Amino acid sequence: MDAPRLSRRRLLTAGAVITAVPVATAAAAAALGGSEVPFKEGQANAPTAVDKGTNWTWFTEAEAAFINAAVARLIPADELGPGAVEAGVPLFIDRQLAGPYGRGERWYMQGPWSPGLPTQGYQTRLTPAGLYRVGIKATDAAVVRESRGGSFARLAAADQDAFLQRMEKGDVALDGIDAKAFFAQLLQNTLEGFWSDPIYGGNRDMAGWKLIGFPGARYDNSEFVSQHGQKYPLPPVGLKGRVEWIRS
Amino acid sequence: MAKKLPSVDALMIGFGWTGAIMAQELTDAGLNVLALERGAWADTSREFATTFAQDELRYFWRHDLFQTTAHDTQTIRNDASQVALPMRKLGSYLPGTNVGGAGVHWNGQTWRFLPSDFVARSHNLQRYGAAAIPDTMTIQDWGVTYDDLEPYYDRFERLCGISGKAGNIGGQIQAGGNPFEGPRSREYPNPPMAMSYPPALFAEAATGLGLHPFPQPSANMSHAYVNPLGVRLEACTYCGFCEKFACGNYSKASAQTTILPVLMKKPNFRLRTECEVMRINLDASGKRAVSVTYVDASGEEFEQPADLIVLCSYILNNVRLLLLSGIGAPYDPQTGQGVIGKNYAYQITSSVNLFYDDKILNPFIGAGAHGMLVDEWNGDNFDHAGLGFIGGGFVGVVQTGARPIETHPVPEGTPNWGGAFKKAVAANYLKSMSIATHGAVMSHRGNYLDLDPTYRDVYGRPLLRMTFDYTDNEHRMSDYLTDRSVDIARAMKAREIRVNRRMGSWDVVPYQTTHNTGGAMMGVDPSTSAVNRYLQSWDVPNLFVMGSSAFPQNPGYNPTGTVAALAYASAAAITQRYLKAPGALA
Repeated sequence: MDAPRLSRRRLLTAGAVITAVPVATAAAAAALGGSEVPFKEGQANAPTAVDKGTNWTWFTEAEAAFINAAVARLIPADELGPGAVEAGVPLFIDRQLAGPYGRGERWYMQGPWSPGLPTQGYQTRLTPAGLYRVGIKATDAAVVRESRGGSFARLAAADQDAFLQRMEKGDVALDGIDAKAFFAQLLQNTLEGFWSDPIYGGNRDMAGWKLIGFPGARYDNSEFVSQHGQKYPLPPVGLKGRVEWIRS
Repeated sequence: MAKKLPSVDALMIGFGWTGAIMAQELTDAGLNVLALERGAWADTSREFATTFAQDELRYFWRHDLFQTTAHDTQTIRNDASQVALPMRKLGSYLPGTNVGGAGVHWNGQTWRFLPSDFVARSHNLQRYGAAAIPDTMTIQDWGVTYDDLEPYYDRFERLCGISGKAGNIGGQIQAGGNPFEGPRSREYPNPPMAMSYPPALFAEAATGLGLHPFPQPSANMSHAYVNPLGVRLEACTYCGFCEKFACGNYSKASAQTTILPVLMKKPNFRLRTECEVMRINLDASGKRAVSVTYVDASGEEFEQPADLIVLCSYILNNVRLLLLSGIGAPYDPQTGQGVIGKNYAYQITSSVNLFYDDKILNPFIGAGAHGMLVDEWNGDNFDHAGLGFIGGGFVGVVQTGARPIETHPVPEGTPNWGGAFKKAVAANYLKSMSIATHGAVMSHRGNYLDLDPTYRDVYGRPLLRMTFDYTDNEHRMSDYLTDRSVDIARAMKAREIRVNRRMGSWDVVPYQTTHNTGGAMMGVDPSTSAVNRYLQSWDVPNLFVMGSSAFPQNPGYNPTGTVAALAYASAAAITQRYLKAPGALA
């Protein structure tokens, strides 16, 4: 067939550990047209923790300034505890955008392209990483145009809030991107970073889970299911253990 | 040039619930069976172990267990005046991939349809008259009855160890069960699950209103269970990672936890993974399937001959393969002629959030089918005279587990972000719950599936095009269910409630349900159905088509119980009758 071919194995394992196929198995598979001995002993498909170093993998310094400023308004630090910045959400988003998600590897990205109707969902040809690249630049350009400062990050908090509210409503024109779609993406990724497992770089010290009382990756609630109205007594755990075990 | 392989007795295209059931039955009958699965191998200990299965980001938001739209998706539009565009990322529904299919990440809500559901057209005509069914509503009787299927529902429930409480055993109404269900031959194999606080509060209020709450029939084990094949499932731990996730604890029935430990050992069964069927090949007469053409992971093409072919993939791919293979007459919405792609239907849902000040609800404790429900307004369990719709749905609290990225309800008027949002989530997360409605979707002339004229998959084949919207019948019905939910919510005396109606056109973005149905419906007449009551193709008798593609319309229940019962009934017809005299089953 002449049709474009993607690597199926790559697609099927996108976002997960890509395991090598032993040569003997691959040869047998080719002869039979598929794998007839699918069991792969000792190859648990465990998740990969992100590098929690301080270097940005995807964002430029200017982009990072925007992200830090924006997510600090979306989930601010306050008397209840850490906000999105303190919980590592910028790092989370950076690592997500640098990976298969940022590249839109699982998504159908063939043309032709058309904006479509709201009921038809995501129709931009930008990948999530591309959406941020174009979106941040356009947002800062719009701020400059309105003569309200050198960039979004330099605005006063109240002005940042007002600008984000306009983006949320689609009430601001951004170059080359729909403000509403960019805002929705940013908010969704911020919530993901605040409440996903800490192995992905956000939810630092399980701050997001502690805020609401979610116990995390616990696997046995059978003792508690019938204790109606009782406060759940245990602290949260993540896929790599408890806060006190994973703090450096 | 495709490499031709040695023939097999029976070939399964797709290896989820129906593929595993059919392969188990046909290998027991002595056939040499091969299954082709386009996804990868997946087993509990390797792919979703308890040490990493509870990962909301990876499995739900990054779709690790779901089909990859880059590979194959559907184009979407609400009506024929719109240009269909590809669903670029998953949203409203989440088809599964890999061995076990969507049966790996299902909730386990395991229903029988009502006796009247199987005769929806004739029943509604008889009770409400011709005016109750508009010309554009293309509902049909199924050609099979509840009584026909009862033994097969029972087989699936025993296979899975379903937890529940019977409401009707042999015509005798049972206290604590669903009094509206069809008569069953015996009690469920497992008692109901333990109920957490939210479903218990719902049941108390519903009882006070004179309703008949009952435990959700559940493929999550209330107790450890050994099924008739000798496979053991373990007691559910209520971890709350069931819906959209795989169970690491062997506590949710799936092909992996009920059939594969037995089937995979059989010498007359073989499975080839990462092999995608391109088309079903017919002989010169067009009345006999001779083989399938498939492509393996390296991109090499093979031709696999078989005497009997069973199409066991997800409904959307079943319909697409029939269209790509030229089997059956494609549906034409202009003339109403043709059957393949006709009567596509879905599900309609809504909810009511409740917020308490004085009750700690621990909403993260849950399981996929852990809830208390009422069935007073499902199917034709209530008088529809004057209501302006037919059909219904169940209403109740199913506490599937409040994973926080997805579930962080806030009261009406709360902003979506910022300090007020943060405070509202922190104040309400442990003290909120929701009542859900789960409604039927009738079939309509303008809702259908066909091949897209523009967009292609990775192999260059046309994508399936879905033309679908809710009609007045669905909106009126869903509003009615939502209003009843509000009545119950008020009786539950929360601080405040928030009503989430299903408004406007069907939207592909927010997750709703993976209950797509129709497109290759069953029936008694080849001019108005694609398969007969045994799911045998009218056009190609050595081809059987499993799955919810056979539903002429979608009742107000989750589909898997009926999908499995139809597969068992089909397997019985094949092993008891077809194999003795291959040909069209009367």
